[in-house]
Amino acid sequence: MEIPRHWRLKKQRYALVGEVCPHCEAKIFPPRDVCPHCSGEAKTPYQFSGQGEVYSYTVMNDAPAGFEENTPYTVAVVKLAEGPMVTAQLTDLGAEPVKIGMPVEMVTRRIRSDGNDRGMIVYGYKFRPVMQ
Amino acid sequence: MRPVAVIGIGQVKIDEHWDLSLKELAGNAVFAAMQDAGRARVDSLFVGNMMSGSANRQQHLGSYIADWVGLRMHEAIRIEAACSSGAAAFRSAVMAVASGQLDSALAVGVEKMTDSPIAEITTELATAADADYESDMGTSFVALNALVMQRYIYEYGWKHADFANFSINAHANGVYNPFARFNSPITLDAFEKAHVVADPINILDASPVGDGAAAAVIVPLEEARSLNHTCIRVAGSGAATDTIAIHNRSNPLWLKAAELSSKQAYNQAGLSPVEIDLFEAHDAFTIMATLSLEACGFAEPGQGPRLAIENQIIPAGRIPISTRGGLKARGHPVGATGMYQIVEVVQQLRHEAGETQVPDARVGMAQNIGGSGSNIITHILVRED
Ligand SMILES: [Zn+2]
Repeated sequence: MEIPRHWRLKKQRYALVGEVCPHCEAKIFPPRDVCPHCSGEAKTPYQFSGQGEVYSYTVMNDAPAGFEENTPYTVAVVKLAEGPMVTAQLTDLGAEPVKIGMPVEMVTRRIRSDGNDRGMIVYGYKFRPVMQ
Repeated sequence: MRPVAVIGIGQVKIDEHWDLSLKELAGNAVFAAMQDAGRARVDSLFVGNMMSGSANRQQHLGSYIADWVGLRMHEAIRIEAACSSGAAAFRSAVMAVASGQLDSALAVGVEKMTDSPIAEITTELATAADADYESDMGTSFVALNALVMQRYIYEYGWKHADFANFSINAHANGVYNPFARFNSPITLDAFEKAHVVADPINILDASPVGDGAAAAVIVPLEEARSLNHTCIRVAGSGAATDTIAIHNRSNPLWLKAAELSSKQAYNQAGLSPVEIDLFEAHDAFTIMATLSLEACGFAEPGQGPRLAIENQIIPAGRIPISTRGGLKARGHPVGATGMYQIVEVVQQLRHEAGETQVPDARVGMAQNIGGSGSNIITHILVRED
């Protein structure tokens, strides 16, 4: 695996750090330095709350290379409370079926590993159902 | 800019070609197109391909293919736009000749996918999405389309079976295409019982990969008219991009780049959706065919499945799609697909489409979609009589 590429994303992967636009207040994730709403420069860091809801989801029965050991697993597009959407795995799912609109919150989990005990392990955000 | 026309087409059957290499596939399509055009040379070569670097350990396909087909010393480059690489190569060739810079061009799309294990190909296909924020989360390309389809079904109240006729029509047409990957029809029962890859997408919603190549020869319209050929004019060409990641779109259920590129093509051609006789849509998944039909103006938002349910998409319908099998049955050798679509539109406009000929076809459209809708290229071809 390409270590620098993952290391570089640690603020986003561990803490959902995006940006806020100083011109129109739009919250931006992932960071892109240019506001997608007003096209102004937007480099002010902003940490998201990690709260959101399921916009859509699917269950992966056939995984891409590196994720086989986790099948079946659920991936979702999560609409964050602050506005943007993010693609992530869902975790800690109990017997309750996943539903569109279901409230979820961000947790840090192991996403994948290199496949041998000396390989790199990638940690990052997943989302779990909010305890009622 | 001067008008241009397609004077030659060539293709190879999409299959697992264990005995043919990347360059041989491309060469077979190129030689067929040159022979069809009745000429031995062209000025330039534009190669559409997505994954030869990883799948075949070969890059630099401009020189590589030009050398193989006897075009060394001529200008040649490779064009990459994921699954829309084929149409991107065609558009580049069209612009090169239209500009007057070159007097002829050959566009070929080629993908050799069976040199690598399928799990590696699945991973490679996912590189068309956002590596950091989509693929690294464990999503496959199928999964991204499943996320869109799940939401689409939720918002508009369709059932999975409502999408069946997209696949049934494609397979019914593929029966009569000797170049198609699959030549057998499928039933509604088979569609509903197929293995689910990523809920709600099952294996019969999805198009198969394979080895393939397709090519076309492009010259100025004036020259094409002087030939003893049915003249097929490139009347419109449009291209647009969208966010690389689905989650960054304000409406993930609307293919904005399809809307924009088709509008460019309609405007150039001076035509509207009702004047399109057939449409080779990018039916990589049933949901993608649906969204493409809506964005191009053939159905209202959320109403694409109605065209399939009402059989409007069959060769005798109001807007025939996948007339030679589409991605679903003809096959989807990613970087080659856009050129197959062009070849098939030309066959229809020449009235050489056999059992699935659209009656009196004069105007055909092809739309090639890269990634999950992040790069969309639309062409309109017109038969000149
Ligand atoms: Zn802004």
